Amino acid sequence: MQLDQLYQEIILDHYKHPHGRGLRDATDPVARVGEAHHVNPTCGDEITVRVTTDGKVFTDISYDGMGCSISQASASVLHELLRGRAADDAAVVHEAFVELMSGRGQVTPDEDVLGDGVAFAGVARYPARVKCALLSWMAFKDAATRAGVGVSPEVKA
Amino acid sequence: MTSIAIPSGMPQYDDVPRYDVARVRADFPILDREVNGHPLVYLDSANTSHKPRQVLDVLAEHYARHNANVSRSVHTLGTEATEAYEGARAKIAAFINAPSVDEVVFTKNSTEAINLVAYAFSNASLRPDADPRFRIGPGDEIVISEMEHHSNIVPWQLLAERTGATLRWFPVTDHGRLDESGLDDLVTERTKIVSLVHMSNILGTVNATSRITQRVREVGALLLLDCSQSVPHLPMDVVDYDADFIVFTGHKMCGPTGIGVLWGRGELLAAMPPVFGGGSMIETVTMARSTFAAPPARFEAGTPPIAEAVALGAAVDYLTSIGMPAIQWHEKELTAYALDALATVPGLRVFGPNVPVGRGGTISFALGDVHPHDVGQVLDSLGVQVRVGHHCAKPVCTRFGVPATTRASFYLYTTTEEIDALVAGLEQVRKVFD
Repeated sequence: MQLDQLYQEIILDHYKHPHGRGLRDATDPVARVGEAHHVNPTCGDEITVRVTTDGKVFTDISYDGMGCSISQASASVLHELLRGRAADDAAVVHEAFVELMSGRGQVTPDEDVLGDGVAFAGVARYPARVKCALLSWMAFKDAATRAGVGVSPEVKA
Repeated sequence: MTSIAIPSGMPQYDDVPRYDVARVRADFPILDREVNGHPLVYLDSANTSHKPRQVLDVLAEHYARHNANVSRSVHTLGTEATEAYEGARAKIAAFINAPSVDEVVFTKNSTEAINLVAYAFSNASLRPDADPRFRIGPGDEIVISEMEHHSNIVPWQLLAERTGATLRWFPVTDHGRLDESGLDDLVTERTKIVSLVHMSNILGTVNATSRITQRVREVGALLLLDCSQSVPHLPMDVVDYDADFIVFTGHKMCGPTGIGVLWGRGELLAAMPPVFGGGSMIETVTMARSTFAAPPARFEAGTPPIAEAVALGAAVDYLTSIGMPAIQWHEKELTAYALDALATVPGLRVFGPNVPVGRGGTISFALGDVHPHDVGQVLDSLGVQVRVGHHCAKPVCTRFGVPATTRASFYLYTTTEEIDALVAGLEQVRKVFD
């Protein structure tokens, strides 16, 4: 196994310089807010994801947590990819990311859909790390549901 | 290692029992393999140990030649299987210096053994005629420590919830030692049982138990030692330790998975109500009620893991043939070597005692801010197998303010070259994550 497939430059960059980190309150008083806290019980990694929406668009996605480079970089990428997107749009990206991570390295990612998320293709070859990559995405899904905006059909990590 | 001159007439370093590690390694087939293009460097024996050919052969031989159920057949195979199973019990009793073979109860693992004792308390508490030492309720206390494995926390939390008893904890010092300063306030007349880890699976600390034992005797409580990490690595004498129960598991001591041991003082086991009901544990069964067999059968309902028990007996033979004092000394030297070597790695912080005294060959550490998962992943790419995570000891992680640690753990087959490979691997980790 090639380690650099796993720790791509993009992943290390998001890990060292995370985008949008820190939980933020909604600026619009009528916005709907949903939050979810997820834990990876095997390693103790934790993340809290908070979404703010007007019912159609995710006006903000903020997060805080602690964990490995994969889980933290993945949250940063999630923020980059889905903030400001319409829920329908976000659902497509979410589904593509989950499909990539569940693909055991057999899925070729579409950069137009997944952006920096394609860097996680290598992670899918490491079954022990797939949960790390999906942690924030699963928390996001729950948070969005709590804000009244479903993003994806039921997924099993 | 630093060495100092020992006055003549005192025990000298050369008197210490030693063995040829290369010859021991040749007994373990798995140590020949490669991982990710590198020779396997297995530093995860606290998680599970490898198995020597001598154990693997016995396991296969049992199924190939002597397979039958135990304790119920008059036929030859049944007799052979029973003799092998009970023979293993005798070997294990001798290994821990149990006064009687009947004090050795086979379980699935340490977790099951601890749960067995906890549920015996539960069951006794529902029966007014039960031995008062096992009856527990509101106002009574159970004492454990902050350095326990979850398997010695959760069964007692559950028991406390079921019975209304209170769970209390020994704290841990900044150096990773058990903090006994509050012993007399912690262990009191209200204490029913103290259940304490003998060697921490995360800090490596080996707890000195004599003061605690003395206090437990003063207040009339019971003492259980979780020896999952100690029985594989150092000589155990249950009489000398004066415990009431000890538990350990086979797979960490060169035996197979699925077999563990509860040792209890004979008189206590005899007073303990059954937990699992079923075949083999009864004296007689009527439609109205049942009466129960004497220990150890009382606690071994159903067909036990026969081949696994027999193979654990072979593991004990193997360890005895090398000698537990020699294994203990080998690991002490490795630990001293590893602590010195790890101290040279910039940004590395050891959790637990940083001297090779009162500790075993299990070392947890942090490498700067690099998450243990990432440390473990880079090390794995170099063939170095360590455990990362909370090691089923989350209160310890919380105590030291980290979500997880990286842990290297040694055994009789570990070499100093493997520790060098670990240190070189950590250099690689630092390069990837600067």
